[in-house]
Parts: sequence; structure tokens; C-alpha cells
Amino acid sequence: MSELSNQNEMHQVPFRGGGFAPTARRGVGLAVFLLLIALTELGTQTGFITPLTLPKPSDVLKTFGELYSSGLLWQHLSVSLSRLLVGASLGASVGIAVGVMIGLFSYVRAGLLPLVAALFPIPKIALLPLFVIWFGIDEGSKYALIAFGTFTPTVVATYGAVDNVDRGLIRMGQSFNLSWWSIVRKIVLPGAMPGILSGLRISLAIAIILLVAAEMLGAEYGIGAYILEAGSLYDLERLFVGVAILSILGVTLSACIGMIERRLLRWRV
Amino acid sequence: MDIRLSGVSHFYQQTEVLRDISLEIPSGRIVCIVGPSGCGKSTLLRLIGGLERPSAGEIHQLGTPPTDCLNPLTYIFQDFALLPWRTVRGNVSLVLEDHGIRGKAAAEIIDDVLARTKLSDFAEALPKQLSGGMKQRVAIARALAVNPAVMLMDEPLSALDSQTRELLMDDLIALWSRTPFTAVYVTHNLAEAVRLGHSIVVMSRRPGQIREIVHLDTPLQQRGLGNAEMDEKQKYLWQLMRDEARAADAELIDV
Ligand SMILES: Nc1ncnc2c1ncn2[C@@H]1O[C@H](COP(=O)(O)OP(=O)(O)O)[C@@H](O)[C@H]1O
Ligand SMILES: [Mg+2]
Repeated sequence: MSELSNQNEMHQVPFRGGGFAPTARRGVGLAVFLLLIALTELGTQTGFITPLTLPKPSDVLKTFGELYSSGLLWQHLSVSLSRLLVGASLGASVGIAVGVMIGLFSYVRAGLLPLVAALFPIPKIALLPLFVIWFGIDEGSKYALIAFGTFTPTVVATYGAVDNVDRGLIRMGQSFNLSWWSIVRKIVLPGAMPGILSGLRISLAIAIILLVAAEMLGAEYGIGAYILEAGSLYDLERLFVGVAILSILGVTLSACIGMIERRLLRWRV
Repeated sequence: MDIRLSGVSHFYQQTEVLRDISLEIPSGRIVCIVGPSGCGKSTLLRLIGGLERPSAGEIHQLGTPPTDCLNPLTYIFQDFALLPWRTVRGNVSLVLEDHGIRGKAAAEIIDDVLARTKLSDFAEALPKQLSGGMKQRVAIARALAVNPAVMLMDEPLSALDSQTRELLMDDLIALWSRTPFTAVYVTHNLAEAVRLGHSIVVMSRRPGQIREIVHLDTPLQQRGLGNAEMDEKQKYLWQLMRDEARAADAELIDV
């Protein structure tokens, strides 16, 4: 800038951009997992970590193998999965329907929004005894708990997503005389889909949490029952097998939603 | 089909946006509306197309639209208003589906309008893959698909760069020359107005009133760049608008 600056000196312009834009790095997440497990294995083998603190990962794996070969794994998993499927799809579908209606109709919004706000912060687990009385100790109360737990976050995510649909697109639909139902089906729902799907991610994680809670009360089979039993016997290996199964379930569901998102939301920039 | 506005006024709550607008939009002509920003041009267009009701006054269609006309009053928006999840073809098909036009009949119409807007090669592209000019051509194709009696265009070229704007103006003129359509064309760009308008309605600042209607007799095809009459009209329009624009600007600062 100044007249006195040395014209002969030459620097490359320093790079100051970059960052703030995380990109996909394949395998890093897996590596972190494996590293943690390897460290735990090392710690438990050398005795640095006592068997009372953490079980040996290799023992956990062995227990898992036994569970698998005994056929019990499938027995527990199938009951849990069907509970999850029924409860979560019930809660999510009713949640989406109610959320869309809150997003579209003034009276529904005025009537239900305070109710949803009142229901949202209730820890649904606290209502389990009530559900047992209402729907019986069998599957009914479990479905209800999971459905109710997924319902509220789905409603909140859905009506927010509907609110965020570009009003210009809706006005365009009206200007071409599209019917009300066409506008909802072809403009509002696809426009709200990104928000609904990211809400579904949260709802499904909550569904898994509630699944375990429900199975801790009066269930013979199911991952929750398995964990509860292991915990009461202080059988750390089996406890960790159960926890690992839940983690894997969560990751799988989240991956499924990721896949649906990639398929349905290809249009996004 | 003509459109007649008689004594139209409009309020948003206490704010008077339009005052006593009376205007005739003759069939087969392009009427441009210019005025400082915030003077109610977009509001006027929404009133004409029936997206909002005027607080006072009446808007009439004179005569019935032709029978093959699916949507007599059709908009072209400044921000294109394309569904991002539908392809170019899907976006055009959207406005046909509700009229029960599907399959082969729809494909014929879609192919025709895409050819007229030079988009045939992009039928399967998603809006995110298109440039601004192409997006607006898709919107024009979509409007042509319903055979409008009147096109209502709200600053259709304002979101585009000036080269693209020139090209699209040529396209619009070519479309009009082939089959003259009726249009209300809102813009704040005087060059666009003198290029496309058979008459130009100059509005005052808010509350918007008609200050003057300027008629241009030169045929659209002869209004290329550097046409002396156009320059003169544009200068005249700018003189009319300058004080209004300045006053409108000052008002915005006061608020
Ligand atoms: N829906 C609305 N509610 C309240 N005020 C509005 C609404 N739409 C427009 N206005 C006001 O009306 C005036 C005219 O707006 P608009 O028609 O968009 O002007 P223009 O298109 O000429 O720039 C502006 O002052 C704007 O703030
Ligand atoms: Mg405007």
C-alpha cells in the first residue's frame, strides 16, 4: 500500500478460506469405535480396568455369539422389533397427520397447539403405569407408550415443516387453480418432507428409549427384558450385549432414514 | 378477453396501498405497469388475478375466455415458483394434472411448450440444475401450457442478469409475434417497459395512483436497441418517475 513498500519482495497471498464445511470422511467413525474397543480390551486384559468396572469386549462378543447360537437373540429381537414397528409407525403416522392439520387449519392449530405444548415435556415413561391400567400389561401398553412417545416430537417437527413451506409455491398452485387437495399433496407435503424426516430421526431414537423402558415392566422377551435381567444379576457381559444391540438398532434405523432422505430429497441443493 | 378495473382501491390494515385505479387491458396487448418500489404494483397484479380481493372497486372480465383455455388468468412470478422436487416436465405437468390431462395428451402439450421455450433438451432436469434464465423459461412454458387468456407477469426478469434479460425479452417478443397474448407486465425497469409495452401505466408512489398512461405505436419487433423513439420515451418516463422515486425513497428512510 505505502509508497515505500519493497517492490522486490514477493509473497504468495496467504490462504484464509476453507473450513466450516464438514464433508463426508468414510471410515473415521468406525475407526474411533474400533480404537475405543481396542483400548478397553487392552485395559481389561492388563488388569488396569477391573472386571467390576467394565467387561472384556472379547467376553461380550463371546456372550453375543452364545446368544445368537442359542436362538434367543432372534426371539428377543423379533418381539422388540415388532413392538417398535407397531408403536413407532402408529405414533409417527398420527403425528404427521395431526402436524399437517395444525399447519393447515387455524382452528386445529388454536385448539391443539397448547395441548401439544403441554404434552411435549411430560416424560412419557412416567405414564407407563397409567398405560398398563388403560391398555393392559401385555402388548397394548407397550405400543401405547412408544406411539405416544413418537407422536409428540413428530407433531412438532411436522407442523414446523409445514409452516416453512414456501408460501410463494402455494400461491403459485392457487394461481393455477389447483384443488386444495392437490396443493396439499403436491406442494405442501413434499415441501415439508425434509423437516418431517429430520423429525422422524429424533422420534425413532425416542422410540427405542421407550421400547426398553416398556419392556422393563412385565415382559418375558425383548431387549429391554434381557437388559433388565442382566442388570439385576450384575451380569455385565450380557448387559453390554443388550446395550450394543440397542446401539446397532439405532444406527441401522438412522441409516435407513438417511437412505430415504437421499432418495426422496435428491432435489435439494 | 379484456380486463376492466373500475375505481379499485386497496388497504392493508390502515395503510392505503392503491387509490382509485381505473384501467382497461385490451385483448392481445401488453400493458406495462411501472412505478417506484412499494407503490402497490404487485398488489395490483394480485387483485387482477383474483389472489386477493380489492377493498373497493371492481375488476371485470369482458367476454369469455376461449374454450381451450385452462386457466384464464395465469401468473409468471419474479422468483419463478418452480417446484424444486419436480423435473422441468413435471413442473409443466403439474398444472395439467388437475384438468385431467395426463398421458399422451399431456405429453403433446408439454413437448410443444418446451419446444416453444427452447427447453426440449432439459425436460428431465431438476430446477437446481438450471440457470435463472432457464428457470424463468420453464415458468413461461408452464404458463403457456394452460393457454392463458391473460398473462400476469410480476417483474419476471428482475432476478436475472442483464444479458439473460435481453435474451428473454427477445424470446417474449418472438412468442408474442407468433401468437399475440394479453399481458399485464409489472416492472421497475423502464427499458423493459418500452421494449415490451403497447401501453405503459406510470404509477405514483404509495398510495399508488395512475399518473399517466403512455402509448407506444412502434411494433414490438422493430424496437431493437438504439431505436431513437424508444430512447425518447424512456427518457420521458424517467422524468415522470424520478421525483416519485426520490420521494418514495425518502419516505422509506422516515419510517
Ligand atoms: N400482505 C401484505 N400485508 C401488509 N402490507 C402489505 C402486504 N403486501 C404488500 N404490503 C405493502 O403494500 C405496499 C405495496 O406493496 P407491493 O404491491 O409489493 O409494491 P411493489 O410491488 O410496487 O413494490 C408496500 O408498502 C408493502 O409493504
Ligand atoms: Mg413487487
